[in-house]
Amino acid sequence: MSVAEPQHSSRARRPRPRGSGPLGWSAYVREHWLGRRLVVAVPTLWLAVFFLVPFIIVFGISFSQSVLAIPPYEPLWSWLDDRVLALRLHLGNYDYLFTDALYVSSYLYSVKVAAVSTLFCLLLGYPMAYGIARATPTARSLLLMLIILPFWTSFLLRVYAWIGLLKNNGVINNVLMALGVIHEPITMMQTDMAVYIGIVYSYLPFMILPLYSNLEKHDPALLEAAADLGARPWKAFLRVTLPLSVPGIVAGALLVFIPAVGEYVIPSLLGRSDQLMIGRVLSDEFFENRDWPVASAVAIAMLVLLVAPILVFQRYQNRELAHR
Amino acid sequence: MAEQRSKSSEPWLDPHAEAYIRIENVTRRFGDFVAVNNVSLKVYKGEIFCLLGGSGCGKTTLLRMLAGFEQPSAGALFIDGQDMAGIPPYERPVNMMFQSYALFPHMSVAGNVAFGLEQERLARPEIKRRVAEMLEIVKLSEYAGRKPHQLSGGQRQRVALARSLVKRPKLLLLDEPLGALDRKLREHTQFELIGIQEKLGVTFVVVTHDQEEAMTLASRVGVMNRGEIVQVGTPRQIYEFPASRFVADFIGSVNLFEGQLTEDEPDHVRVRCEELGAPVYVDHGMSAPPLALCWVAVRPEKIVLRRERPAGADNWAHGTIRDVAYMGDMSVFLVRLDSGREVRVTQANITRKPEEQFTWDEAVFLSWDASSPVVGTG
Repeated sequence: MSVAEPQHSSRARRPRPRGSGPLGWSAYVREHWLGRRLVVAVPTLWLAVFFLVPFIIVFGISFSQSVLAIPPYEPLWSWLDDRVLALRLHLGNYDYLFTDALYVSSYLYSVKVAAVSTLFCLLLGYPMAYGIARATPTARSLLLMLIILPFWTSFLLRVYAWIGLLKNNGVINNVLMALGVIHEPITMMQTDMAVYIGIVYSYLPFMILPLYSNLEKHDPALLEAAADLGARPWKAFLRVTLPLSVPGIVAGALLVFIPAVGEYVIPSLLGRSDQLMIGRVLSDEFFENRDWPVASAVAIAMLVLLVAPILVFQRYQNRELAHR
Repeated sequence: MAEQRSKSSEPWLDPHAEAYIRIENVTRRFGDFVAVNNVSLKVYKGEIFCLLGGSGCGKTTLLRMLAGFEQPSAGALFIDGQDMAGIPPYERPVNMMFQSYALFPHMSVAGNVAFGLEQERLARPEIKRRVAEMLEIVKLSEYAGRKPHQLSGGQRQRVALARSLVKRPKLLLLDEPLGALDRKLREHTQFELIGIQEKLGVTFVVVTHDQEEAMTLASRVGVMNRGEIVQVGTPRQIYEFPASRFVADFIGSVNLFEGQLTEDEPDHVRVRCEELGAPVYVDHGMSAPPLALCWVAVRPEKIVLRRERPAGADNWAHGTIRDVAYMGDMSVFLVRLDSGREVRVTQANITRKPEEQFTWDEAVFLSWDASSPVVGTG
């Protein structure tokens, strides 16, 4: 059957114009490699000066010993006589972290608070991200705007505002008492719940945004295909949407979990005074005890604690990139 | 091809035959836009029915209403005698092969194919057996463990087909099934599809914008335009006897001329066309008012080029060759008639001798058989 258009006449063969298509592009990149390196050099330098160098300093101090001096720690190396340079590494600070129960319990408490908060962020954030991803384009940009809107006010102010809501003669207790629901104010300040509320409230956008950007990319035809093959909506969600959103869940969970472990402001303002989080311990060691070596050891230990989830995050990110 | 296959059974010619799909006055509106306008259609068991039309003609919307992803604004759909109103996609006896294939990227080939069976809560060994059997049919057994992104386009297409057939649906809906494949692979897959359809006895409803695809696959074609079905027929009927100017123009390439009926007898009609030198004589009658304005369609392959003037007063024209495209098995000529009108003519390249072939700027006579032109007023 020959109903085709004669697209390939023997006369119309022109060579491809130069510089078009992927070949031309990669040649362009090769010619301009210097520019590429310069672009990468700026953030590299930034990270080296403001992250790597301070990290090395803190790491060094953690092997030192506290003295009453300025700065309040012994230098790591000293000249024994004129020629011999002595390097003294003091491991006692790390040992000390395990001997005093305060540190271990603070670490565990921090991990627990961060984990529970992350779970609540996920439970609250997933439906919100899903709803935004399924909304009409106009509604979507409005909803995203609302998610980002709290950032226009200082984080510190927003946490202070929670004190006004949660305290014994705060808004919530007053309203409930006026309505006659309760007769005595509920103690909400200085509890674990207040810390959870504060962290979930503050970090929810960091859960929603990566989840949204994952869910928004899902092909709606996949859910139609699942329905077509006999899966009810809930089943289709469990078998298709949820597994495909795992990279978004991982990204969001780590963006909440990692900063929540080291959170300082929220537990200090809203939390218990008998159980400290590790961020508070760290700051107390630095500013109250002026024991910089132990404070540095606490910081390094916290970093080690967070390396594992960061590696998980990297693995998922690489895997998702490889799929594209 | 398609015809020989269905010659034994042409249920649409039997007035008592039970239609498998009945579409009754179905309309679908999106706001002010009418995507499907009052369509009625019957499709019979075992057919490969192609809905053919340009983009935005409503063919995909009609298919999605059969699958249950869209609801008709008015009218009713029946599949196997059952009214489909309010029945969600996951309860319909229908499976669909999506244009994008919509394979689950996180599942292996076997996982994709097994998904539908798992929803039926079949026993594990039964699922395994049927998945293996289906992968055998589409020749993908050794790819069972791969993920969709590790497959070529043709392999993905076969996974999608296997996934939609494994539940043994009575009706399979295919949305541009061959659209993403290259030409060679398409021709191959077309015949594979027909083979599988015959083997499993499934009714196919195929949506395509590609008339070649429709012609090779279909037992019948429904041509759609602006939300309406403008003609239903076998590929041959649609090609040789287009019911309207739109169909004549849409299917294949055609030379359309405006004319006026000068003679309308039971056994012939004669049409005067300004653009042709001689009248057009057609050896079958039509019923139209005398001197009615009409159109005449002549397919390029039905026109013969000659160097000398044909005998007889009718069915010829004179012109100059403006362009030649040599395509191997045939050549396409663009001939400018003396009236200035350009006409497309295709000729099979029967001879290899160059001196016998027509070339640029040559003056030629065009002629055609009295049975070739199609005349219509619609």
